[in-house]
Amino acid sequence: MPQRRHLIASAIVVLLLALLPLAGSRYAVDLTTEVLIYVLFALSLNVIIGFTGNISFGHAAYFAIGGYACAILLTTYGWPLALALPAAVVLAGLVAAVVGYFCVRLTRIYFAMLTLAFAMLVWGVAFKWKEVTGGDDGFTGIKMPEMISHHVGYFYFTLVMVSLGVAALWVICHSAFGLTLVAVRENSVRAGFIGVDTRHMRWAAFTVAGTFGGLAGALFGMYHRGMYIENAFWTESAQVLIMVLLGGIHSFVGPIIGAAVLYLLQTFTNQYTPYWPTVLGLILLVIVMVLPDGLIGLVRRVKARGGRS
Amino acid sequence: MTAMLSIGGLWKSFAGFVATRDVSFELLAGETHAVIGPNGAGKTTFFNLITGHLRPDKGSVSFEGRDLVGLPPQKIVRLGIARSFQRINIYPRLTVFENVQVALIAHEGQQWNLFRPGRSLHREGTQELLELVGLAPEALETAGELSYGKQKQLELAIALASQPRLLLLDEPTAGMSPQETGETIASVRDIVKARGLTLLFTEHDMSVVFGIAERISVLHHGVIIASGTPDAVRNDPEVRRVYLGEHGHV
Ligand SMILES: Nc1ncnc2c1ncn2[C@@H]1O[C@H](COP(=O)(O)OP(=O)(O)O)[C@@H](O)[C@H]1O
Ligand SMILES: [Mg+2]
Repeated sequence: MPQRRHLIASAIVVLLLALLPLAGSRYAVDLTTEVLIYVLFALSLNVIIGFTGNISFGHAAYFAIGGYACAILLTTYGWPLALALPAAVVLAGLVAAVVGYFCVRLTRIYFAMLTLAFAMLVWGVAFKWKEVTGGDDGFTGIKMPEMISHHVGYFYFTLVMVSLGVAALWVICHSAFGLTLVAVRENSVRAGFIGVDTRHMRWAAFTVAGTFGGLAGALFGMYHRGMYIENAFWTESAQVLIMVLLGGIHSFVGPIIGAAVLYLLQTFTNQYTPYWPTVLGLILLVIVMVLPDGLIGLVRRVKARGGRS
Repeated sequence: MTAMLSIGGLWKSFAGFVATRDVSFELLAGETHAVIGPNGAGKTTFFNLITGHLRPDKGSVSFEGRDLVGLPPQKIVRLGIARSFQRINIYPRLTVFENVQVALIAHEGQQWNLFRPGRSLHREGTQELLELVGLAPEALETAGELSYGKQKQLELAIALASQPRLLLLDEPTAGMSPQETGETIASVRDIVKARGLTLLFTEHDMSVVFGIAERISVLHHGVIIASGTPDAVRNDPEVRRVYLGEHGHV
């Protein structure tokens, strides 16, 4: 069982991350906080992509719902974090359940288009419902609990939340449910003939993805002290999709790597040139042409070659 | 004996082409029953109608007194009917082991368990089934890379994992070497006997059919033209004329 090895490796990574603030660089701490948030966001999307074989083009919707809900509950309603955060996550999950109910009736491009359509609706609500969401000015000035208002405190909070989220997703993806989802992805007709209600399974996967996407969004909003309609826009959905594809969809860690690499690349590119979209286009080109199974696939191929020689 | 599966006045057509024409049929509990007929006779369609893969245009299908028409495949499997497919229908990118393991997980309703590690479940049961069909040595191979005959065996193991009372095998030996055919049929016969299964199968190899079937039904252009014991079917003039004649002596 490689499980123990994985557990130790993850513990070491978390520990090293926990030591990061000791280095004294605010920049590094902030950057890592944001990477962690995207790691969770990308992993949540991969429950749909990697495990059901459908491409969602609207995952930013749940990210935005989680972000806005948490921000509004904290600020407008003055809820404590211990209530606002779970409520926001549950709300994202519920909306995902409603949207997913319709989406999983379709597959392939039709599925993708429907997820996109619902995400645009969410964007529309954020845009139009000005008195609640702040419309295109964004929802700013989030009231942060004292304990996590400092950037180091928030980093630790994010580290704990993302670690818990990643651990939960790991368990779900490797559970009997996760294995059955893989069977549904590989051959849904066969899965039906062993007694699996494939549509219900995909629905549940969609809901799980939306729930954890909501958690990522809530963390994101609090980190930035604000949510903006761009966070619900389709470009945000595209970005997380590219993170997942870049890392590799058929492995649990793929999206983690993809999220980190893409986010860091974006940050560094933006420091030197205004041409991030062009760079992103090149990255996409590389994925499609030479990295169909992502960076993880590349690592595996290199390893396999090393093992042979 | 009582009928386990009763089919009455079943019709199915594809864009005007009638593939199943007013078929009525009774399968007795515990029997081994073969459906034979030339290619395109409608055997696979008949299986698809029983198992919920296709919906009949008209007619009734009842299994142990329950109406099956309109039920999706997953509900029908849960009632105790499992099948294999003429055209290989497995998870080609998963391992042989996982192909069977998932079927056991689904049979136990554990597909809704979000916590128990999937790979640790039913390891023994999976191993037993693989041994039963002679695939234990290939357990960790990628299913799609097995030889055609072995993929057919895997079909059988997956179907058995659902622990059916009625097993439907659609051409279980098609594409197999004579040796594989012999082994497969022997193991099917043993399994059917050991588990007390009712078996409905289609098969093009007449020596297999007449070797293990207790009753035979003959489909021709979507119509059952004869049904009865092997001897009765063998000597049926209509059957000899349209079907067995082509196959020479049986
Ligand atoms: N899904 C389908 N769509 C259109 N025609 C079909 C379909 N399935 C079967 N048929 C037609 O119905 C007839 C019976 O096919 P089938 O049941 O596969 O016969 P058999 O299994 O006896 O060889 C064939 O003529 C076949 O072309
Ligand atoms: Mg056929």
